[in-house]
Amino acid sequence: MPDEIKTLSSQLAQDPDSLLFLRLGELLRQKGQLDAAHRVALTGLERHPHLPDAHDLYARILADKRDYERAFDEWDMALRIAPDHVGALKGLAFLYFKVGDVQQAAAHLEAAQRVAPDDPGVAQALAMARGGGPGDAEAGAGGSGAVEPEPIAPAAQPLEEARVFAGLEGAQEGLLLLDASGRVLGGALKDPSGRDVTDAVAAYLAGVSQEAARTVKLLGLGRWTGLAAEGSLGHVHLAPPTGEALLLVVRDRAVPMGRLAIIAQRAALAARRWLEGGAHA
Amino acid sequence: MTAPAAAYGKALDLITRVRGVRGAMLVSAEDGIVVAEQLMEGIKGPAVSALAASLATRLRRAMEAAGVGASLFWHLQAEQGALLVVPTPGGTLVVAVAEPDVNVGLVRLELLRAAEVVG
Repeated sequence: MPDEIKTLSSQLAQDPDSLLFLRLGELLRQKGQLDAAHRVALTGLERHPHLPDAHDLYARILADKRDYERAFDEWDMALRIAPDHVGALKGLAFLYFKVGDVQQAAAHLEAAQRVAPDDPGVAQALAMARGGGPGDAEAGAGGSGAVEPEPIAPAAQPLEEARVFAGLEGAQEGLLLLDASGRVLGGALKDPSGRDVTDAVAAYLAGVSQEAARTVKLLGLGRWTGLAAEGSLGHVHLAPPTGEALLLVVRDRAVPMGRLAIIAQRAALAARRWLEGGAHA
Repeated sequence: MTAPAAAYGKALDLITRVRGVRGAMLVSAEDGIVVAEQLMEGIKGPAVSALAASLATRLRRAMEAAGVGASLFWHLQAEQGALLVVPTPGGTLVVAVAEPDVNVGLVRLELLRAAEVVG
């Protein structure tokens, strides 16, 4: 594989407009060289923005880097360009599966199966989504050395991540869902040194939702919809996914405030669904 | 506070001159007392300042605990308007109450300029 990477890199350098970046990016991804794969995919995508395979490749790399939110966007884009793109359908199914939306995962896998009925990876993942256990999945995947390993394997993903923010960017270090008293309902927070600061931050934020509501009420401004704060080392965004709960998103300063607001909107939607579904009970 | 009282008025002028700003206040972050204000009629300055100071304290502590450093600017968004705040190193909050369609970037700049004056 290293020789092939070297050869492809050389060929791509000679012909930057070629589609060799797809193979090279995938090889680098499989080898775990995610930063290099990311660069190759992004450069290719810049040259071929309407190529669904380029979006698919980029999404796979992002998913490997656990940047699921952007991976979702890329697979979504691939499907907009090519509605029958099997890779994108499988990728989105994987992300839906991760957040516990098994119905959507199955729907995407069924669509993928209609396009590629002989794809063993799809059949295996579909069996899992329909209620088969990991054992079924292993049985489906085993036995055939000819089956190319799935770049991402929905069947191998534990359902334990089907929590409120599973699948969202920063779910375990930069997203937090609290109830009115500051009790942590989901997510986690780490400071830049990697220390878990979930409980400390939650304690300080207890009652913030009510205070924000009282402040805007006093001003006659209706319902509060968000609180964006700029810090010297990072940014935070607070939002009320429901009347009493509080959502916190924290990112470093490299993430623009507008981007943070979008992340918060998505996380708030996930939180609202989760809270309304009674999943936390 | 390092600036004379006359400077406060000028600082608040900078903010209230921005289209869509309904009023501005200087608030003591420690106790929520209004230091100076230029508010449109009907805005309950003392009550808003107390809540703003309380929110600022919670936010500052939470942000420090989260490792994102000191709060430089925050923006409480609501359906029909917004509260925009810049804390100064000297313990004052520079506060603006604004319409929903206000140019937040411009207000932020003026709040920061006012914060420099107030110190």
